[in-house]
Amino acid sequence: MLLRVEDIHKRYGKEEVLCGVSFGMMKGETKVIIGPSGTGKSTLLRCINRLTPADQGRVWLEEEEITHTRTNINKIRAQIGFVFQSFNLFAHLTALGNVRIGPMKVKRMKKDDATRLAREELDRVGLADKADAYPAELSGGQQQRVSIARALAMFPKLILFDEPTSALDPELIGEVLEVMVSLAKEGMTMLVVTHEMGFARAVADEIIFMENGVIVEQGTPTQMFTNAKHQRTGEFLNKISELYGETG
Amino acid sequence: MSFEWEWFPKLAEGLPLTLQITFSCIAIGIVLGVLLALGRVYGHRILRGICIVYIQFFRGTPLLVQLFIVYNGFPNLGITLTALQSGILALGLNTAAYQAEYFRGAIQAVRGGQMLAARSLGMSLPQAIRYAILPQAFRLVLPAWSNEFILMLKYSSIVFTVTLLDLMGKAKRLAARDSRSFEIFLVAALYYLVLVFIVSTLLRLLEKRVRIPGLGAPSQHR
Ligand SMILES: Nc1ncnc2c1ncn2[C@@H]1O[C@H](COP(=O)(O)OP(=O)(O)O)[C@@H](O)[C@H]1O
Ligand SMILES: [Mg+2]
Repeated sequence: MLLRVEDIHKRYGKEEVLCGVSFGMMKGETKVIIGPSGTGKSTLLRCINRLTPADQGRVWLEEEEITHTRTNINKIRAQIGFVFQSFNLFAHLTALGNVRIGPMKVKRMKKDDATRLAREELDRVGLADKADAYPAELSGGQQQRVSIARALAMFPKLILFDEPTSALDPELIGEVLEVMVSLAKEGMTMLVVTHEMGFARAVADEIIFMENGVIVEQGTPTQMFTNAKHQRTGEFLNKISELYGETG
Repeated sequence: MSFEWEWFPKLAEGLPLTLQITFSCIAIGIVLGVLLALGRVYGHRILRGICIVYIQFFRGTPLLVQLFIVYNGFPNLGITLTALQSGILALGLNTAAYQAEYFRGAIQAVRGGQMLAARSLGMSLPQAIRYAILPQAFRLVLPAWSNEFILMLKYSSIVFTVTLLDLMGKAKRLAARDSRSFEIFLVAALYYLVLVFIVSTLLRLLEKRVRIPGLGAPSQHR
């Protein structure tokens, strides 16, 4: 198994945000997490690469326990891509600079090699011609594609996506989903929080429905859409299909 | 009111010292100011406390008193510095406190997601600060920092009190000799005005040079 999440608990003050979440991912799988806002989806992703420390529970990347205090977390994070809802591109760097900086500073790759790699990754997300643009000069969809290229340039074993299209104007969502679909088809392992059910139907091996800090139900898109075991799952799927349509 | 031509070159002899003191104390101020700001933002309790005490002390007491503590007081501790060393040190320690506050504001103005993005790539905290936070903070701080630079250029004039013959020291000596204070200090003022103009023009050019689309407000020079 590539990623194993076991019984993660997290509380903020009195509120228990994650109440024992467990699941696993095989290499090459794409899993989609859905659930109402405030349910702990973002917190779960952040607990996986320890951007937020979990209170309890364990996470493994292959043989290595991420949650172990003696684990070099920077080494682990370098192998796990993270794509944010708000892109978080480095504002002072060009698209090329954003993609190149991880390989250069974290992996100590030579500048020439890192530049070549960065150009390839930008090309892969269809932005070869925007290499010299600063984030403020790019549309939201382009910024998000650069941030995907930035993650790819680290050759991650796994990429975590936290609502990558939620901050985008509707007409820009498609270009980002297109990149994500092709990544999934190329065999990238991806854990995606999203409400884009078109994307889920197209490439997800499994949909995980979370509510109030627990996994209510998980299954293949077909199972989840046609015969969800829990009433809440069906209700929620209907609701987001109405709200978000079936783009992508 | 009449001016003697000889005053102009006589006062100009003080310019190199004025510039040396200003640039040296600004350099000390940048290095120490950045460290203090980082200590305040990222340090643990004790380090943060030390930084706050330092900053409060130097912002809460007169610069002149600080200069006298260094020049007149340090010898009592067995530390004897030349007048020039004292002047640079006192002004440097003082501007560091102010610069620290400007840097802190700028560091905190860098958007929170930037740190998350850097850490998620596998950067250590020092790497994230160096490659993601500071390059943005430096650009954000430039307008406020430029004002501090110009202030120090003017405040450097207090070093005449410790016998240094900077622009102000020269003027003071000349005024005592010729008993023409009004005109001579007017000439000194003119020199400061020209210096301030040159320095602020250079700083504005620097700001323009390092500006990046979408980062920081447009220049807010006085
Ligand atoms: N840093 C934080 N401090 C306090 N509460 C937080 C923090 N981050 C998230 N929360 C709370 O945890 C809950 C789950 O948040 P989140 O994981 O962002 O949910 P989701 O991504 O599913 O919308 C929310 O109630 C939110 O207010
Ligand atoms: Mg969220």
